[in-house]
Amino acid sequence: MKNSISFRPLARASTPIINNILYKSRFSAACFSRRRNYSTHPPNARLNLPPDYSTTPLLSHSSQTALANPELPPEARNSTAKRMNLFQAINDALSIALAEDENVLVFGEDVSFGGVFRCTMKLAENFGAARVFNTPLTEQGIMGFGIGLAAEGMRPVAEIQFADYVYPAFDQLVNEAAKYRYREGNTGRSVGGLTVRMPCGGVGHGALYHSQSPESLFTHIPGLRVIMPRSPLQAKGLLLSAIRSNDPCVFMEPKILYRAAVEQVPTSPYTLPLSKAEILKEGKDVTIISYGQPLYTCSAAIQKAEEDLGVSIELIDLRTVYPWDKECVFKSVRKTGRCMVVHESMVNAGIGAEVAAAIQEDPDTFIRLEAPVSRVAGWSIFTPLMFEKFNIPDVARVYDGVKKLLEY
Amino acid sequence: MRSQIFSGALLRRASGSVLCCPRVPGFQQSARLASSISQRPGSSHVSFPGAVKSAFTSDLKFVVPSDYPALPTYRAVDQHGNIVDNSFKPDLGEEEVVKLYRDMLTISIMDPVMFDAQRQGRISFYMVSAGEEAISVGSASALDPRDVVFCQYREQGLFAQRGFTLKDFMNQLFANKHDPGKGRNMPVHYGSKELNIHTISSPLATQIPQASGAAYALKMQHINDPSVPPRVVAVYFGEGAASEGDFHAALNIAATRSCPVIFICRNNGYSISTPTLEQYRGDGIASRGIGYGIDTVRVDGNDLWAVREVTKKAREMALQDGGKPVLIEAMSYRVSHHSTSDDSFAYRARMEVEDWKRRDNPIARLRKYMEAKGFWDESKEKEARESIKRDVLKAFSEAEREKKPPIRTMFEDVYEELTPDLKAQMEQLKHHLEKYPDEYDLAEYEGGINSLKP
Repeated sequence: MKNSISFRPLARASTPIINNILYKSRFSAACFSRRRNYSTHPPNARLNLPPDYSTTPLLSHSSQTALANPELPPEARNSTAKRMNLFQAINDALSIALAEDENVLVFGEDVSFGGVFRCTMKLAENFGAARVFNTPLTEQGIMGFGIGLAAEGMRPVAEIQFADYVYPAFDQLVNEAAKYRYREGNTGRSVGGLTVRMPCGGVGHGALYHSQSPESLFTHIPGLRVIMPRSPLQAKGLLLSAIRSNDPCVFMEPKILYRAAVEQVPTSPYTLPLSKAEILKEGKDVTIISYGQPLYTCSAAIQKAEEDLGVSIELIDLRTVYPWDKECVFKSVRKTGRCMVVHESMVNAGIGAEVAAAIQEDPDTFIRLEAPVSRVAGWSIFTPLMFEKFNIPDVARVYDGVKKLLEY
Repeated sequence: MRSQIFSGALLRRASGSVLCCPRVPGFQQSARLASSISQRPGSSHVSFPGAVKSAFTSDLKFVVPSDYPALPTYRAVDQHGNIVDNSFKPDLGEEEVVKLYRDMLTISIMDPVMFDAQRQGRISFYMVSAGEEAISVGSASALDPRDVVFCQYREQGLFAQRGFTLKDFMNQLFANKHDPGKGRNMPVHYGSKELNIHTISSPLATQIPQASGAAYALKMQHINDPSVPPRVVAVYFGEGAASEGDFHAALNIAATRSCPVIFICRNNGYSISTPTLEQYRGDGIASRGIGYGIDTVRVDGNDLWAVREVTKKAREMALQDGGKPVLIEAMSYRVSHHSTSDDSFAYRARMEVEDWKRRDNPIARLRKYMEAKGFWDESKEKEARESIKRDVLKAFSEAEREKKPPIRTMFEDVYEELTPDLKAQMEQLKHHLEKYPDEYDLAEYEGGINSLKP
């Protein structure tokens, strides 16, 4: 489904990096030239069309819309906006953070030359090799190093090249970063300055180790804030919030959107609130709760379902998946009585489990439920190369989920 | 946006770095510094970017570790208190030496008292550091008080040397309301803001890469504001912890980022029950430093003077050329059990331990040195031991009597602010305790149930 994005004129059209990474690495030119086009969809598909990022209502296609965002501070609203894709927005946020605070440092594997996804382009040139640098290839080292920096008052922004490779750093994140403030107690030390960025999510052909979304593993850890933006404008504001936040933040970037999602982004610095969900579309019959890339899938499914079924559906972006905005979700579900949680990662003990349990546990929300809370998510498997399209929730599955909720 | 950069190699890990990092301290801008050294015909040296100074050889030979002698162990003063390094000049006056001696003595007197207190069920856990007092006290004495320290858990002597009082030790051990850790951590997990020592955590070796990062922070802070004096980080760990991946990450990253950090390994022969023969097969920990490109020394951990000297020198070296790491391996013997949860006679002979105690111990060695100098004798020893024991028992009973921290403390400091969720959970606990008052004893907690008011 995904490669069609490379044929659309972007700021600088070129083959998506991920293709370079995944195709050019160890395969011969012969193999390369017989590239399968993963983005085709069945000729008669009505629902499962590739997401059209150029028309989706989730992106601000004009600077007017971008600057009218009510969450922006006045100075950002009065500034200008510029077309950016997601990696450019991340890059912009990092530039601002480095410029405004000398304690901010950016490091990880291959960040010096701009990063394998271009997120750190020109930063080493502009801010110096002392503040933007490559580390040896060791995730536990990167994380431990970042924790030490933050514990001594710096604001490190560490990059893990793919979320799939965060596990060697899991001990440092869980036992150290998350618990630092708690165990230090009255000394007042913490690693609140730490932000960890990692590309995550399916990309059409990432298979087992370039597709994972391990966010729910981090949501089981008190002390961490776990954030996943859906778009360039969101990414810039949420990343600046994460860097300025005094709690350690895990910032997950849906890599499929790096080049695909393009929108107008305010040029001046601004932050967006953490632990606040956003209602992207009002509705009265069903609530759909999601975050990250699947929101585009949900949005497309909502359009079709509303046309076909004559209902109105509310769409909520959690944005911060932990600690998450329960009130916003409860309020919506009390109104609609039906709800569905959609995420890419596997269904078992995923974000959907936490959201669904909290909804049925809240007395005022439980009595308003007209149907069981449903979860449309990845199956309890890994991301298999040739079967990704059957695993990640697509428009048809979300559409059918809405139908089932209404038929209950 | 030069995607042609990706001409080869990026299914991550599929390629080695193409950067040739010259070994200059400070920083290199590593924009596409692809190694441009080409192999000249007839050249005697390899020009592979991964090893630029390697000569070609036509003699096929593997490097065999056992061909190399074990790295020597530096000693300034022998078992009898005599100076054996003729170039060594003691740099402390009588008063200062006595203070260091008393620090070691304090720990060695507090240890058995607290060990017994655990046996009586008055504290939940304890770890003594018998046989390793000189490592922590000697090295601490060579640091600047502003230097930052990360510990493993057997460095009580360092806390004492830096000014942690008996009251401070006891508050933490009893987890009372004066414990900076707010009663959240197990005993022996000390920490101090004033003394620049990070709070101890149980997971082994996690503090080692953190020390590298902290050292980089100090280096940057000095660059950003030269009025801040240059400082180093010292990090302590045992030889068992050095088997963790975090040790590898830490030394490597400290070397590549030129961090002013002193790695101090306490090699005491055992990790709980595991002897070093089952821990590694190389020449201890010191031999590894060389592989990371780190200046390394091995020292007699029972010789306070030697430990102090190498740490002093290491601190100077760590601050040279904009900063670099140094590794110290301090050899000793863990005279005591691993902790109160361990009976070490299950895996080693009582005889071996007794031998070590009698043959060589750091406190006796410094005492002999002081007696030879004529400023210590039997009566001073007796007086010191008695007064320290009195102070320990006084601090003990005072700390034991104090209330525990308020119950609400359990919810605080997870995040900077209490989240709505945590406030709700605090409320739930309060209601529950009100509903079942006979099921819980709240008397020992400061403020009782009232602390749970939102």
